[in-house]
Amino acid sequence: MCTVCGCGEGEVRIHGGDHHHHDTGHGHEHHHGHHHEHGHDHHHEHEHGHRHHDHGEGAHHYGEGPAGVSVPGMSQTRLIQLEQDILSKNNAYAAGNRQLFAERGILALNLVSSPGSGKTTLLVKTIEMLAGRFRPCVIEGDQQTSADADRIRATGAPAVQVNTGKGCHLDGHMVGHALEQLPLADGGIVFIENVGNLVCPAAFDLGEAHKVAILSVTEGEDKPLKYPDMFAASDLVLLNKTDLLPHLDFDMDVAIANARKVNPQVKVLRVSARSGEGMEAWCAWIEAARAMQLAGHPAGEAAQ
Amino acid sequence: MHEMSICESILGLLQEQAQAQNFSKVERICLEIGPLSGVEVEALKFGFDVVMRGTLAEGARLDIIEPEGTAWCMPCGQTVKIEQRFDACPECGSHQLQVTGGGELRVKELEVN
Repeated sequence: MCTVCGCGEGEVRIHGGDHHHHDTGHGHEHHHGHHHEHGHDHHHEHEHGHRHHDHGEGAHHYGEGPAGVSVPGMSQTRLIQLEQDILSKNNAYAAGNRQLFAERGILALNLVSSPGSGKTTLLVKTIEMLAGRFRPCVIEGDQQTSADADRIRATGAPAVQVNTGKGCHLDGHMVGHALEQLPLADGGIVFIENVGNLVCPAAFDLGEAHKVAILSVTEGEDKPLKYPDMFAASDLVLLNKTDLLPHLDFDMDVAIANARKVNPQVKVLRVSARSGEGMEAWCAWIEAARAMQLAGHPAGEAAQ
Repeated sequence: MHEMSICESILGLLQEQAQAQNFSKVERICLEIGPLSGVEVEALKFGFDVVMRGTLAEGARLDIIEPEGTAWCMPCGQTVKIEQRFDACPECGSHQLQVTGGGELRVKELEVN
């Protein structure tokens, strides 16, 4: 198609010409320029008599710029309509991870929180409660150190540490590589402990079934409003360290109401990894999520 | 503050397109960034210049379209304008809102050479 006016006929040659098949007045297709495919000798006399420009030594090739066509008054700069999601590359990696989880009936949970919310302690306790049933594996994201992966490995669960260096979040690509190193079990569970950061991990899909936000009661009730993207992206909020409530002015109801302001559908559980409060409910939520992930999967049917 | 990695994603996307569409210089890039995308436009502009230095998009003009944030208010049964995720419905004050627009984060068009 002609890129200038949109007229049909794909084979319109506009080699080196600012003329166009519209203005030649000839019904036949003609080529000019010096790239004739036919082998015979001929001279460029241009008997046609139509308007054309000089083909001598200083040949003018208007149509050979990036646009492949020349229009008076328009530069060769091309306009490309892209409409492409900036995170599309990450999303493609995440989709690959998600497909792997679906094929193997694995429940993947992306645990997000600010630093110091008690994620790792909670995870250690959770793994101890689930061990022997779901063969949990863990991907630990931190900027530096493998301290957290070491704590997880002490429970007997396989763990891979991903150090993001200066990065503030895990992305789909890092998780894909980490998964290659884990002894994944069909019908198992993968916990992904994201970098402690309530901002950036919200935007990066890892292929998980659910994001779970962990908010400790020492942090203040207004966190969901301060970091709305994270709470909007999460399906479950764990209000952790409830054993400390007697020492704090934390208003549980306000915290829950704030979480619901940014995400009306979010579920909230009160837990304490230390006292064990709410841990049964959290494990029950994991089991239910796993059952959803396994619905229709051979590993789920085998288990029944 | 992941604007820097967003800029790097943009650069990756430009490099892919440069190969696929055969161009070597980006003159202008137009992004669409919604108020609910989690990206701070000013930080992105800063990161853009830094990341694009020495690349095919060095000195490229950065145009940013900022669409409105919109949500479907369940009690009102209509689309309303919001600026932040936790905004209440400007009509009825409810928080029963389903965000429908404003999360855009994409490259809309490029002008290339």
